[in-house]
Amino acid sequence: MPFLGYVGVFLLLPTVIVLVHAFQNQSGGFSLSGLKVLGDSTVRGYFVGSAELAAVTSVGGAVLGAILAYAVASGNPEGVVRRLYLAGSGVLAQFGGVTLAFAFLATVGPSGLLLHASWFYNFPEGIGLIYLYFQIPLMVLVFMPAIDGLKVQWREACENLGGSAWQYWRHVGGPLLMPAFLGATLLLFANALSAFATIWAWENQIAYIVPQQIAIALSSEVGLANANEGAVLALGMVIMVVVVMTGYALLQRRAARWLR
Amino acid sequence: MAAVTSLGETSLTGPAKSPRGMQAGRRKRLNLFRYLVFSVFGLFFILPLLAMLRFSLEGNQLGTWSLAAWKEIVSYPGPPPLLSSVEITLELAVITSAVVLVLLVPTMIWIRLRVQWIGRAFEFLCLLPLTIPGIVLVVGLAPIYNFIRHYQLSALQLFWCYVILALPYAYRALSAGLGAIDVTTMSEAARSLGASWFTVMVRVVAPNMRQAILNAMLLSSALVLGEFTIAYLLLYNNTLQVNLYFISRATPNASVLFSTSFAALIFAFILLLILSYVGRRRRTRG
Amino acid sequence: MSTLAAAAKKEGTLNVIAVPPTWANYGAIISGFTKKYGIKVNSANPTGTSQDEVNAVKQENGTAAAPDVLDIGQAFALPNASLLAPYEVSTWTDIPAAQKAANGLWYEDYGGYMSIGYSSKFGTITSMSQLLGSKFKNAVALNGNPTAANAALNGVMMANLVEGGTADNISKGVNFFHQLKQAGNFSPVSATGATIKAGTTPVVFNWDYLNLPSYVGVSNWKVFVPPNAILGGYYAQAINKNAPHPAAARLWEEFLYSQATSGGQNLWLAGGARPVEQAAMTSNSSINTADASKLPAVSGTPVFLTQAQNTAAANYLTANWAKAVG
Repeated sequence: MPFLGYVGVFLLLPTVIVLVHAFQNQSGGFSLSGLKVLGDSTVRGYFVGSAELAAVTSVGGAVLGAILAYAVASGNPEGVVRRLYLAGSGVLAQFGGVTLAFAFLATVGPSGLLLHASWFYNFPEGIGLIYLYFQIPLMVLVFMPAIDGLKVQWREACENLGGSAWQYWRHVGGPLLMPAFLGATLLLFANALSAFATIWAWENQIAYIVPQQIAIALSSEVGLANANEGAVLALGMVIMVVVVMTGYALLQRRAARWLR
Repeated sequence: MAAVTSLGETSLTGPAKSPRGMQAGRRKRLNLFRYLVFSVFGLFFILPLLAMLRFSLEGNQLGTWSLAAWKEIVSYPGPPPLLSSVEITLELAVITSAVVLVLLVPTMIWIRLRVQWIGRAFEFLCLLPLTIPGIVLVVGLAPIYNFIRHYQLSALQLFWCYVILALPYAYRALSAGLGAIDVTTMSEAARSLGASWFTVMVRVVAPNMRQAILNAMLLSSALVLGEFTIAYLLLYNNTLQVNLYFISRATPNASVLFSTSFAALIFAFILLLILSYVGRRRRTRG
Repeated sequence: MSTLAAAAKKEGTLNVIAVPPTWANYGAIISGFTKKYGIKVNSANPTGTSQDEVNAVKQENGTAAAPDVLDIGQAFALPNASLLAPYEVSTWTDIPAAQKAANGLWYEDYGGYMSIGYSSKFGTITSMSQLLGSKFKNAVALNGNPTAANAALNGVMMANLVEGGTADNISKGVNFFHQLKQAGNFSPVSATGATIKAGTTPVVFNWDYLNLPSYVGVSNWKVFVPPNAILGGYYAQAINKNAPHPAAARLWEEFLYSQATSGGQNLWLAGGARPVEQAAMTSNSSINTADASKLPAVSGTPVFLTQAQNTAAANYLTANWAKAVG
């Protein structure tokens, strides 16, 4: 019961405050005018940018991560390779943020690698590549149990019945893995939406996504700081993430049923 | 964002994956595929890390070598001194893990034993922080922290928030561990031998969840070590990540950034590797 | 003055905020002050913005940790006048009239001109339009986001002036960056000491005291201020009306505006910034001529943005920047 009190103060109360501030104007009175900013095309651009970046990195991360997960899972379960990759994934999935930006600036600068690749400086390709650095490991960690759940016997049965590898994946492996795969993709999507530190440390000359704009709204140096705008943007973000996570939860339940 | 599942637990759910059932030709193709994948991905992941390592060994001019960046981890004066923010962050990690465990373990055992119908709601509550991004949380937290005049509070007070952030990951790790043992039988046996609830939890159930508890601690710590958003927007500048960020903005010749980041990574990696081996030994014994 | 020093020493502490030690030689200023008067300086949030400073004054009002003095962009001094206490330093008359408030609420301290810093691997730059050339692919960066950061906004404004625009209308500057982006030369990567040293951002628009090779940390760094587009930006000092250490705050201001060899004005000059009393100090020869000659050469009359022009530029950027370089 103290647990509930704790969670109440530090999780629910801030959320409520965000909601309340979203509906206030600068002087504190109740007003819907704050919400109008959601209709502004620049602001809509931020949400689109967030969604774009999240979509690209979640799909990319999911596909690439699934391939890597399969490669790791199909080896010796007690082997060194698996341990290394799992430990590595655990670290790298958490490696986002400021330190990741440093790692990339060390890569790009002195070696000139990617410095002349124009696509690297476009949004979302460039920062997307950096996001993949923690999205792929996250995918490996989340998706691995599902691949482990594919029983060898199913593969053998398929072969005994004369099926080829392609047919196995199309009719057995694919459908079995699909809920887990989609669920993991959604998790990656929510993860990318919430990410802030990496892009804040890497590029700061133009705001592409909502978290950047929220931070700017809270601490602008040219006198345009507006805490209420920050709250409205935050509200928008919460709605986006809630939608995605609900989808994730539903798919998780489905996947769990299949794996049993 | 750290792993949502626990590490070292996945092989529990997997059947034996020996290549007995596959034909030789397919095995060869599979191996080729695996080596290709490992080298490509390995390269992608190793390259920035190597670049970071190499840059941390740079001297004042590109092309010279020097260990200065590594020595600076200890000597960087700040303000605030880098070493002090490393200390504070490590302390925060310990506090957060401890509080998370104290909050979750008894509650979860209690729920599993006595009030199972709350289980769903509890799970929802624990996973809720995943749906509220850190940046949103801080927009709502700032007024609360201001209300309690946070500038006079040390950065260690951040643990209140970090515990919330760590809840989902710790919950997943602990519930996987709880699910693998038969809590009901164990506790009934202990109770019939006259143990109090406290003894049941601390001396009977918890030791059997050792791997899950370790896992939860590690995930919480990894989260704290990597957390930037909340500390930064609440205007603390003496946690590790925020300090690194400020150093990068305000200081020329900041190779200390790279050495610190690299050291933090290696530290976390070694811990996780050790954890996966610890888990394995337990399984073969029990 | 001596009574002030005594009162300040009794208080024993000074709270400053958003004062990075490597910015315009502030580190030496802080240690110089402490050494001279024995007063401890608490430096909070070194890379905070002017907004952070104002926020801190409001939120920490009445606590012992509230900032005593502020060093803020001019755009912040004016709207927050109610938070400030008037004070006139002993060298008040040496501060140009246009650079202080008549009622003593704020007074400019140091500043610089907007410049283009670049790696010498590009040769020598003599005109801003060269930056549109192909050898500058992905190379040109601002110091921050113009819709949020003062230095970046002035960077765009300087480009605006070079392109023939006026201080009232920043559209030509935004257009220049649009052209940069289309040529593939605009880099969104934040320019920091680390990125400059690594070579990730070899061209940076920044205040000239932040483009000094010694500040930037690489020796092959050159600085260029475009002729006839000299955009000056000065910061302003102010004292918190409810400062927890009022005497120390005023003593600090006296130190900062002192024209002594190791006084604040010359120390800022050593950091590559232009002290506000520079003209007066040159006439009465208290200025450190060696340091003064190291400042980048400028030709033409400097332009300073007014509050209204600043706001107009910020609003235009908020509406158009993302579209221009996104």
